[in-house]
Amino acid sequence: MLEKLLKEYSKRGKFNDYLGEIDVEKKDIEKIIPQNLLRKDFEFIEVSEIEVIRHFIRLSNLNYHLDKGIYPLGSCTMKHNPKVNEEVSSYEGFIFLHPLQKEEDIQGALKLMYELIYFLKEISGMDYVSLQPPAGASGELTSMLVIKKYFMDKKEDRKIVLIPDSAHGTNPASVTMAGFICQTIKSNSEGMVDLDDLKKNLSEQVACLMITNPNTLGIFEKNIKIIIEELHRYGALVYLDGANLNAYCGIHRPGDVGVDIMHFNLHKTFSTPHGGGGPGAGPVGAKSFLVPYLPNPKIEKEGERYYFKYDKESIGKTASFYGNFNVFIKAYTYLRMNGIKGLKKMSQIAVLNANYLRKRLEEIGFSCEYKTSTLHEFVLTLKDFKRKDIRALDIAKRLLDYDCHAPTIYFPLIVPEAFMIEPTETEPKEELDRFISVMKKIKEEIEENPNLVKEAPHNTPVKRLDEGKAGRELVVKWD
Amino acid sequence: MSLVLENLYYTKTHEWIRVEEDIGIVGITDFAQKELQDIVYFGIDESIIKKELKAGEKFGYVEAVKTAADLYLPVSGEVLEINKELISNPAIANQDPYGKGWILKIKIKDKEELKSLLNSEDYKKHIGE
Ligand SMILES: Cc1ncc(COP(=O)(O)O)c(C=O)c1O
Repeated sequence: MLEKLLKEYSKRGKFNDYLGEIDVEKKDIEKIIPQNLLRKDFEFIEVSEIEVIRHFIRLSNLNYHLDKGIYPLGSCTMKHNPKVNEEVSSYEGFIFLHPLQKEEDIQGALKLMYELIYFLKEISGMDYVSLQPPAGASGELTSMLVIKKYFMDKKEDRKIVLIPDSAHGTNPASVTMAGFICQTIKSNSEGMVDLDDLKKNLSEQVACLMITNPNTLGIFEKNIKIIIEELHRYGALVYLDGANLNAYCGIHRPGDVGVDIMHFNLHKTFSTPHGGGGPGAGPVGAKSFLVPYLPNPKIEKEGERYYFKYDKESIGKTASFYGNFNVFIKAYTYLRMNGIKGLKKMSQIAVLNANYLRKRLEEIGFSCEYKTSTLHEFVLTLKDFKRKDIRALDIAKRLLDYDCHAPTIYFPLIVPEAFMIEPTETEPKEELDRFISVMKKIKEEIEENPNLVKEAPHNTPVKRLDEGKAGRELVVKWD
Repeated sequence: MSLVLENLYYTKTHEWIRVEEDIGIVGITDFAQKELQDIVYFGIDESIIKKELKAGEKFGYVEAVKTAADLYLPVSGEVLEINKELISNPAIANQDPYGKGWILKIKIKDKEELKSLLNSEDYKKHIGE
């Protein structure tokens, strides 16, 4: 065992000296609380303060996290989350709010949401934004339900949703959950939507296209306008997966090229902890004709007063209350600190960092499956190393030995032995250079001593976990 | 190098079929199981038993730790049996893809269709080995 459970450090009578003697009257619990409500098997954990601190420090040391080093997990935008976000979101005025408080008592919170909506509208070119969905995937599902309701009201029977073969797995999952049928669209040799295949699959049965731009290869769909025109010609809509917004803030607005509805990942683009670090937020922005269908309630303003607005066309709620409010505070803080100029620079540096990394890795012999230029991320193919019986998984594991978080592997599915790298704008050049030298070292190891890589990791608290067994014999409960 | 057996027919989508008189036994190849890596689940609906499926028709999917892939029938026929042992322990497709890891048995409708499949030499070329 790497670290015992806190419970296992517990011992009757352990306490912290500085707490002093109990100075209130002791009462017999058996006399105050009815027998049937008393738990007999329950034991309070008794440990001293230093034990608690050491326990959690030891745990955090076993973990690899963004505060330790580079975290180039493609498609996840693992940027540094400024610590001031945490401070602002712990202000008393926020943490003592209750979601059932009346409108007039929570004007400050409503103002924050209203302004956050305003910023997201400005950034995306959409007409209104619902903050409610608690994650990107939830934003996708919300959008699919909105589209479904829209066509139901128009009495149009459209069952098909088109999805490029490079899409994230949550896309077809959301489509299926909403009761639509997925139709895959092929990518062309440049790694973009194949226009001929798109046209072949277009019909009056199509409800929408779900497109990610830049797509999951990091490639900007240069035909985006043509693609959207084609869909609109058939009366179909265009949904944008906004997971990659970090590539174009302040540079390009999806609303301006005709996107009808999209989601944002506040936890990615606007710096709130995610991936085990906290909950997310996946707001949905829409053009005016879809706005009534967005989740209720909406936040509106009349004079100086903020209020909740309910539309009867709405699909209803997609999260309890108003969504993950704490995430809104952090994203809002980040947006206010950066301003539109700062956001543009953020995206420019994110693209620059990724291109620097791609170029340098290509120079030392790594290559991309698609040669097209990329924005904030890129996908290597490690298929060449198969001749040494080395797979993307092995190289990912070996990176851990060198204190680097591994990139995303085996996604997108159209790249064999995919290795998807997104450094983000917050990684200093020195850390990018360290990553490059580690990749170079691993490449040499593969030639000289492939077993070292095959058997990696060697320096981590746990070695290779049996992921297959975990999938086959899923246990999600602690006994 | 992946194992490719001589006496089987193959599809471009990496299924194999072994012919025993008019019965066909279907599975996925050694190459396929290596590509997929750790297999965790075979999604095959029992309702296909006794049904006539066409050559190239999707009869289910296989899910691995990192990916999932659809399964296609090499030739037309009536589904006779699904390998229950494989459904309860999918890892045997990794351990023994041509033996215990078979997926289903069909009654072949038209043996002529076998001619359009790949033989072991063609399949080796197809996977570049
Ligand atoms: C391209 C893309 N779309 C959608 C999602 C889903 O977002 P979330 O993880 O917030 O549900 C992700 C998440 O990684 C993604 O990369």
